[in-house]
Amino acid sequence: MIRIFSILAGLFFVGALAWSLLWDTIGFAHDGLPNTVEKAFHEHPRPLKLSSDGWFGKFDRKQVKRGFEVYNQVCASCHAIQHVAYRDLADIGMSESEIKTLAATATVNAKDPLTGEMKDRPGLPSDHFQAVVYGGQGTPPDLSLITKARHGGAAYVHSLLTGYTNQPAELLKRFPDAKTPDGLHYNPYFANLNIAMPPPLTSDGQVTYSDGTKATVEQMSTDVAAFLVWTAEPKLDKRHQVGFWWVGFLIYATVLGYMSYRNVWAEKKGH
Amino acid sequence: MSFPWAKTYTPKHPFMVWMDEKLPLPRLVYNAVGGGYEVPRNLNYFWNFGFLAGLCLVIQIVSGIVLAMHYGGDTRVAFNSTEHIMRDVNYGWMLRYGHANGASAFFVVVYAHIFRGFYYGSYKAPREMVWLLGVVIFLLMMATAFMGYVLPWGQMSYWGAQVITGLFSAIPLVGDALHTWLLGGFAPDNATLNRFFSLHYLLPFVILGVIILHIWALHIPGSSNPTGVEVKSESDTVPFYPYFVAKDGWTIGLFLIIYSLFVFFMPNALGHPDNYIPANPMQTPAHIVPEWYFWPFYAILRSFTQDWLWIVPAKLMGVLAMFAAILVWFFLPWLDRSPVRSGSYRPLYRKFFWVLVFDVLVLGYCGGSPAEQPYVMIAQIASIYYFLHFFVIVPVVSSIERPDPLPFSITESVLGHESAAVAEAQA
Repeated sequence: MIRIFSILAGLFFVGALAWSLLWDTIGFAHDGLPNTVEKAFHEHPRPLKLSSDGWFGKFDRKQVKRGFEVYNQVCASCHAIQHVAYRDLADIGMSESEIKTLAATATVNAKDPLTGEMKDRPGLPSDHFQAVVYGGQGTPPDLSLITKARHGGAAYVHSLLTGYTNQPAELLKRFPDAKTPDGLHYNPYFANLNIAMPPPLTSDGQVTYSDGTKATVEQMSTDVAAFLVWTAEPKLDKRHQVGFWWVGFLIYATVLGYMSYRNVWAEKKGH
Repeated sequence: MSFPWAKTYTPKHPFMVWMDEKLPLPRLVYNAVGGGYEVPRNLNYFWNFGFLAGLCLVIQIVSGIVLAMHYGGDTRVAFNSTEHIMRDVNYGWMLRYGHANGASAFFVVVYAHIFRGFYYGSYKAPREMVWLLGVVIFLLMMATAFMGYVLPWGQMSYWGAQVITGLFSAIPLVGDALHTWLLGGFAPDNATLNRFFSLHYLLPFVILGVIILHIWALHIPGSSNPTGVEVKSESDTVPFYPYFVAKDGWTIGLFLIIYSLFVFFMPNALGHPDNYIPANPMQTPAHIVPEWYFWPFYAILRSFTQDWLWIVPAKLMGVLAMFAAILVWFFLPWLDRSPVRSGSYRPLYRKFFWVLVFDVLVLGYCGGSPAEQPYVMIAQIASIYYFLHFFVIVPVVSSIERPDPLPFSITESVLGHESAAVAEAQA
C-alpha cells in the first residue's frame, strides 16, 4: 500500500516538474540563453601575484606599507577601513611614534573620561580608522574586508583600479541602451560595468613613497591591493605558520596511527 | 543486547568494583565502544563516517561555545563582533574558520554516511529505528547550520534568512502569519537574529541527544556490514576495542589533515564573498545562494517555476518538494522491499544508486549557479530523476530485481569458502 502511495506522490512531483520544464523549454526555445551586456562584456580579473598567495605565503611588509601610503594619500579621502585600528599598523613596520602621530591627525568623538560627555579629541593608537563622510555620487564601501568580499580578491582590486577604459564601440552596437550614464565610468571588471568611482590612480608619481620606490600606476595599484589583503586578513602569516606545524604533526600522528592499525589487525587475515 | 560470545566487563581494581556497583558507567562505555561490543570483521572504510560525524559535532560544540563568549547577537554589533573575533581574540581566526569549515566537514562526513546507508541498505530491518533517528539528526543539522550562517549578519546571512524563512509564507492561509511569527517581524531583524542565536546554541545539544538514541538503537541489532549478511558466529565479529578503535583512530588523523588544510590554507574557499559585506536590507545581492551543502535541495526548490496546471502555486510546490525530498527518506525502510540489503549483491539497484549520486552532484552544481538558463532546465531534469528514484524506482526495482547469490557468512566473504569452514569449526 505504502508503495502505491509513494509512486503516486512521486508522479505528482514529477508531473509538476515536467510542467515547469515544458514551459521553460518553450521559453528557452524562444529566448535562448540569457544575453545581457554584463554577460557579454564583464571580464574576470587579470591574475596578480602577491607574496601572500599560496599555502606558504607571507606578507611582503615593505609592499604592504607602501600600499598603506597609497591608501592614505588616495583612497582614504572617500573609503574607510573601520575594522583596522591604528595600533595594528605596527604589524606592517610603522614605529610607535609614527602611529601616534598618524592617529592624532584623526578626530574621534568619544566619551570624556572626566565628565562622561561625548567630546571630540585627537585619535589614539587604540582607535579604529574613522568612518569617512562622503557627499558625492555612489556609496564608497568600507575597504577593510574588500579583498574577501569580492570574487577574485586582490586581483579584482588591481584589475578594477587599472581597468578603466572607454566603452567599446561594439558594446553600443550590440546593446544601444547600455550607454554608460552620466557621472558613471565604464570599467569591465566592475559587476555591472559602470562604476561611480572616477579613476583613482591616474598618473605616475601620484603618491610619494617613503622608501623611494617609483610610483607607477601599476606599482601603486599592486601595492594597495597587497595592503587590502592585509587589512582583510591580518593574521594570515600566523595562520600559515600554525597550519604548517599543525598539519606536519597530524601527518606524523596519522602515520603512527596507521602503523598501529596495521599492527592490531595483523593477525586478522583478509585485511 | 549483544552477541553471546561478547566479552563481559569485569572490573579488577577495587575502586572500579565499587564504581560498577554504584554507577556502572565504565560498563556502559565498555559495552558501547570497548571490548564488549562485537562488530562485523568485514566493515570497510565507509563505516568510519559515523565515528567521524561524532567527532565533527564535538569540534563544533567546543569551538562554538568559545565563539559565543566573544560574539554579540545584536544586529548592531554582530558583524563587527565577528571581525573582532578574527582580529583581536587570541586565535579567534582559528576558532571561527574552524567552526565555519567544521560545518562543511560535518556535512561532507554525514553525506558520506547517508549514502553509505543508501548503498548498503543500512535502513532495512532490523535497523529502521537507527535510520529514522539518523534522518532526524540530518534535519536538525540543516536547521542548525542555516541559523549559524545567519549569525555573522553579512549580506548572504541576511538574504539567506529572507529567502528560507520566506518559504513558510507559501503555506496556504496561515503562511503569512506563521512567517511573521517565526521572524518576530515582517523581515529579518534583531528579533530574528536573537532567536536564531539562541536556537543555534540549543539545537546541537538536541542533536547530541538524538545521536545517543541513534547509537543506542544501533547497538540492539549491532552494526550492519558490506555483505548485508547478518552475524552468525563468533568468527564473524571482532571486538570494537582494539580493532575498530585502531581503524577509526587513524582515519581521524586523515580527516583532521584534510579539514585542517581548509581551516589554515583555504578558509574561505567554501564560503561566499558577499558574507563579508555587512547585511543591508536595502540592497539585494545579485545571486542569493546558501552554503554548498544545501545546493541540491535549493536546486529542487527553484526547479518549480510554473504554477502547476495554472493552479498549485510554483512556490508552494517548490517548498513541498524540497521537504518531500528529505522526508521520503523516512519511508525508505518500507519502500525498499528487497530482502537483500547490500547494493553489492543487487545489480540493478546498484546502477540506479550511482545514477542518484551523479544526479545529486548535478543538482548541487545547479543549486550553486545563478537561477537562469541553462541551469534551471538541467536542475528540472535532475529533480525529476531524484523524485523518480526514491518514489518509484526504489519500490519497483526491489520487486522485480533478481539479486546475486549472497555469501553464506561474513567469515566466508572475508576468508573464502574453505578457510571459513575451518574458522567456523574452530569457533
